[in-house]
Amino acid sequence: MAKKEYSFYPGCSSQKAASASNYQTSVNSMCDVLDVQLNEIPDWNCCAASIGYAGGGELPRLAMSARNMALSEQAHPDQDIVATCAACWLATKETQERLHNDGGLMEETNKALAEGGLTVKADQNIRHMVEVLIEDFGYDALGKHVTRPLEGIKIAGYVGCQTNRPFGIDGESFENPKYLDKLVETLGADPVNNYDRKVSCCGGALAFSEPEKSQALIKDIIEAAYDGGADMIVTPCPVCQLNVEAYQGQINKKYNTKFDIPVVYYSTLMSVAYGKSYKESGLDGQMIKAKQLDAIAKK
Amino acid sequence: MSDMNTAMVEKYRNSFLSEVEANVEEGEWVKMCMQCGVCSGSCPFGPYWDHPPQELFMMIRAGKREAVLSSESMWMCTSCYNCIARCPRGLPITHIMHGLAHYAKRLGLAPKNQQTMKFASIFWDNLTKKGRVNELQLGLKLYFMNGFVEGIKTALCMKEMGMSMLMTKRMSPMEYFGGHSIKDTKGLHAILKKAREIEEAKAKQF
Repeated sequence: MAKKEYSFYPGCSSQKAASASNYQTSVNSMCDVLDVQLNEIPDWNCCAASIGYAGGGELPRLAMSARNMALSEQAHPDQDIVATCAACWLATKETQERLHNDGGLMEETNKALAEGGLTVKADQNIRHMVEVLIEDFGYDALGKHVTRPLEGIKIAGYVGCQTNRPFGIDGESFENPKYLDKLVETLGADPVNNYDRKVSCCGGALAFSEPEKSQALIKDIIEAAYDGGADMIVTPCPVCQLNVEAYQGQINKKYNTKFDIPVVYYSTLMSVAYGKSYKESGLDGQMIKAKQLDAIAKK
Repeated sequence: MSDMNTAMVEKYRNSFLSEVEANVEEGEWVKMCMQCGVCSGSCPFGPYWDHPPQELFMMIRAGKREAVLSSESMWMCTSCYNCIARCPRGLPITHIMHGLAHYAKRLGLAPKNQQTMKFASIFWDNLTKKGRVNELQLGLKLYFMNGFVEGIKTALCMKEMGMSMLMTKRMSPMEYFGGHSIKDTKGLHAILKKAREIEEAKAKQF
């Protein structure tokens, strides 16, 4: 198959020594096997995420994403924009929708962009990496690269919020999307069926400002995974990953639980199943070690 | 009370709904709410809202300006988009909540010590400074946003998590001294300044 190229929007958390740098490591390894070339948008900026609303009004926030689209149009005009972060993808897609559908916003945004010497059409497709995997490859094609099936590992597919709503992945439902489960199966592992916190919220950015309320949500997400017999949790979102992995210690203290469940990215699973090493799969980035994956990766 | 607030009270004397429609992001949707309450039932923080979304919508129509804008409620939005996905009328509820929160803050009516407001403001300042989020400086500023003593307490509480992040190279102390940045910060700042100007000029028109 010919090399596939995309205009890549990595996002802040994927940068070197940032909270999802391990996500980026595994995405790179996965793309290497799939012969995907990610062309980074030159000088891309933060999308302002959802929580940017208090400081930025509507137009300044839209301008942030519009600048990225403008830079992408200049550098890689014939490619789809692909994001790996749920918030980056959502903010960019939302901006595109507003620019085309809300009267006057396109003109106003371009007036603002002109101050930085840019102009935007916002007509490139904006896609999540998961869409690329499912739509441009498909499960069968993804399965062909598996050299080390993840046999005997039970995995809860935690889709979370922003990869799922309001846009979601084509052909999937908001209430019970199946793509992570199908992907888990494709890689030779066992999905947790009827994982009832699959699309529940982890608190997102409010894990910082409302820690107790958010940790109560995270506790339910983890408990449901254990109830389904999961060895680990897989997610497509950097915020979900961080919140569900990093707060287990604090939750254990507060609720007297003994949570110790690894939370990995779909790209971590794929890298390991595709024969990549412990480091190449980003497994050294696990605060809670994914020992079963470590063992396979070190084989 | 801010000057802007006084001006808005003067202008929209009898209709808070018109004020929201003109000044709040996606505010023109408010009148479409049919009070079914699916949004409230779908919200992960539902139990913590003094006034759940559909109640806020009715309060807006009833002209309860002060009660709406000084409420903690809309600051409870986690941006999970459940309400948007489920609203039978298709209201962009998440965005309206963000819009109400932003407007309340601009008018100086948001509760002074609102934690999410503080965090969200720090986040915006952090990301616009260099065009990219500096996670370390964001974290440190957050710890201390409620004063020094609270900051030390939070830092101690977060100590283990911080250490794990350092150990796994998912945080770097070097970020304290500058860190990630876009190249054209000047261009970005000019864009944002213009965007703000356009928005403010629009608010004056109504």
